[in-house]
Amino acid sequence: MTTPAAHRPLIGARRMHLGDTTFRISLFAAGAVVIIVLFSILAIMFAGGKLAFDTFGLGFVTGTEWNPVTQIYGALPAITGTLLTAILALMIAWPIGFGIAFFLTETCPVKLRGPLGVAVELLAAIPSIVYGMWGFFVLAPFMAEYVQPWLTSTFIWIPPIPDAFYWFTAPPIGVGLITASLILAIMILPFIAATTRDVLLSTPQLLKDGAYAMGATRWESLTGVVIPAVRGSLFGAVFLGLGRALGETMAVVFVIGNAIRMPDSLMAPSATIASVVANSFPEAEPGTLDLAVLLGLGFILFVVSFGVLAIARLLLRQERMS
Amino acid sequence: MKELSPASRARYFRRQLLDRVMSGLCMAAAGVGLVLLGLILWMLFSNGIGGLKLSVFTNSMAQPGADGGLANAIVGSLIQVGLGAMIGAPLGMMVGVYLSEVGKESKFASVVRFVNDILLSAPSVLIGLFVYQIAVAPMGGFSGFAGALSLALIAMPIVARTTEDILRLVPQAYRDGAVALGSRENEVVRKVVLPAAFSGILTGVLLAVARIAGETAPLLFTSLGNTNWSTDLTQPMASLPIAIYRYAGSPYPEWVSLAWTGAMLITVGVLVLNILSRFSHAAVAGKSQG
Repeated sequence: MTTPAAHRPLIGARRMHLGDTTFRISLFAAGAVVIIVLFSILAIMFAGGKLAFDTFGLGFVTGTEWNPVTQIYGALPAITGTLLTAILALMIAWPIGFGIAFFLTETCPVKLRGPLGVAVELLAAIPSIVYGMWGFFVLAPFMAEYVQPWLTSTFIWIPPIPDAFYWFTAPPIGVGLITASLILAIMILPFIAATTRDVLLSTPQLLKDGAYAMGATRWESLTGVVIPAVRGSLFGAVFLGLGRALGETMAVVFVIGNAIRMPDSLMAPSATIASVVANSFPEAEPGTLDLAVLLGLGFILFVVSFGVLAIARLLLRQERMS
Repeated sequence: MKELSPASRARYFRRQLLDRVMSGLCMAAAGVGLVLLGLILWMLFSNGIGGLKLSVFTNSMAQPGADGGLANAIVGSLIQVGLGAMIGAPLGMMVGVYLSEVGKESKFASVVRFVNDILLSAPSVLIGLFVYQIAVAPMGGFSGFAGALSLALIAMPIVARTTEDILRLVPQAYRDGAVALGSRENEVVRKVVLPAAFSGILTGVLLAVARIAGETAPLLFTSLGNTNWSTDLTQPMASLPIAIYRYAGSPYPEWVSLAWTGAMLITVGVLVLNILSRFSHAAVAGKSQG
C-alpha cells in the first residue's frame, strides 16, 4: 500500500530518497574536496621538503648560506627578503589605502563614489605580471636614476650596523629590496583600499549619525566611533594584504635582483621565498636535494601565509558575526 | 546666541583644522593612488599598442627577426583557462551550494568555509608546486592538462565564495514556497534557488576566469610554456602570461615589444571580464529588489 500524498514526509523528516541522498552526498563531497586540497598541499610540501629538513635540520631555517654548488642551503636570506618586502610594502600601502577608503566613504562627492570605487576594484584585478613588468622597465630605471641617489644622500646620517646593514647606503642599481617593496605596495594598494572601504561601509550608519549629532567632525567620527567599532576587521584587511604580499611571485621576481644572500642594505638585491622557488625551479631535477629545498621553502611559505590568512579571516569573521 | 569663549573658539578651530587636514591628506592619498595606477595603465598601452599587428594573432612565437606572434600563447591560454574553469567552476558551485543550502552553520560547513577563504588567498606559486608534485612529476612531464588543473584549483574557491554569497541573497520565501508545493530538497535547489541566482553565479565564474587568465606563477611549474604551436593537452603548452614572462626578460627589442603587447591584451581581457561581471551582478541585484 502506498502512502497517500498528504502523508508524505516533508523536508526534515529523514526518509531515504534517491535524489536527495545523491544530492547531499555529492555536495558534501565537494565541501570535503576543499579541505582535502588544503591538507594535501601541506602534506605534499612537507613530504617533498623532508629531505631538506633532514639534511639541514633547524639550520635550514636559520642558515644564511645558499650555495647550489656545495649543496648548502639556508633559507634565512629568502625568509628575510620575504618578510622585509612584505612589511615594507604594507607600511607604504596601508596609509594610502586607508586614505583612499576614507575618502571614498566619507569625503568624496557622492556622484564620484560609484565610479571611483569601481576603478579601485578594477585596478585590483590587473594581473601581477603586469606590475612586475612595469616595475622592471619603468620603476627600476627611475629608482636607479633619481630616487636611490636621493635616498642615499638624504639618509646618510642613519648610523649603520657595522658589517651588517647600511640602510640606504648602497650602489643605485635600481632592482632590490626597496623597489620590490614599492611594486608590491602599488600592487596591493587597490586591494587594501577596496577591503578597507568595505569594512568602513559595514559600520552602522546610526553610529556615525550619532557622532555627527554630537557635533563631531568627520575625522572625529572616524577615530572616535567608526574605528573602534570595526577595529578587528580593519586589522583583518591589513593581514589579508600582508598575506597577499608574502606569497606574491611575478610582481617581485622582476625587480628583487634575485641575490640569495643576507641583504646588507634596503637597496640591496635580495630574494623572496616565492622568487627563489620560481627562479631556481628550472634547475631542480626531480628527486634531488635542489627540488626538496624548494618544496621545503614552499612548506615554510605555506605555513606562514596560512597563519597570516587565518588571523585575517578570524578578525574579519568576528565582525561579521556581531 | 551666546558668544563662544576664546578658549572654546580656539578648540573649535583646531578640531576643524584637523578635520580639514586629514580629509585633505586622504584625498591626496586617493590622488596619488589613482595617478600611480593610471601611470601603469598608460605605460602599458603606450608600449603595447605599437606592437599590435595582425601577425600577433596569426603567427606563433618565433626567433627574433622571424616575424613571430603570440597565436600559440593566446590559444594555449584559452585552452588552459577554459579547461581550468570547466573543472573548477562546477566544483566551486557545488561547494557554494553546500555551504548555503545544506551545511549552513554546521561544524563541518564552518570548517569548509574557513578553509575555502584561506585557499582563496593562498600563494598561487604554491598551487603550482603542488600540482607539479601530484601531476607533473608522476605523469612524467609538463602538460597543458596540469596547467589547467592548477588554474582549476585557483578558480574553485573564488566560485565557491561568490556562489555562497549570492545564494544567501535569494529570499527564503522562494525556498518555503517550493517546499510548500511539495518539492524535494534537491528540486528546491535545482529548480528554484539556482535559477533565481543564475546571473550572480555567472558573475563569480567570470571573476574567476579573469583571475586565472592572468596567473603566471602556477603555470611555470605545470604547463611550462612552449614556443611551438601545440594543442595537445599531454604536452607542454604555451600561455600568454608565460610568454610575457620569458619575452620581457629577453634582450631582443622585438620580443620585449611582444611582451608589452601581450600584457596589454591580458589586461584588456581581464578588465572586460570584470566589467561584464558587474553587468550580470547588477542584473541580479535589480531582480532581487524588484
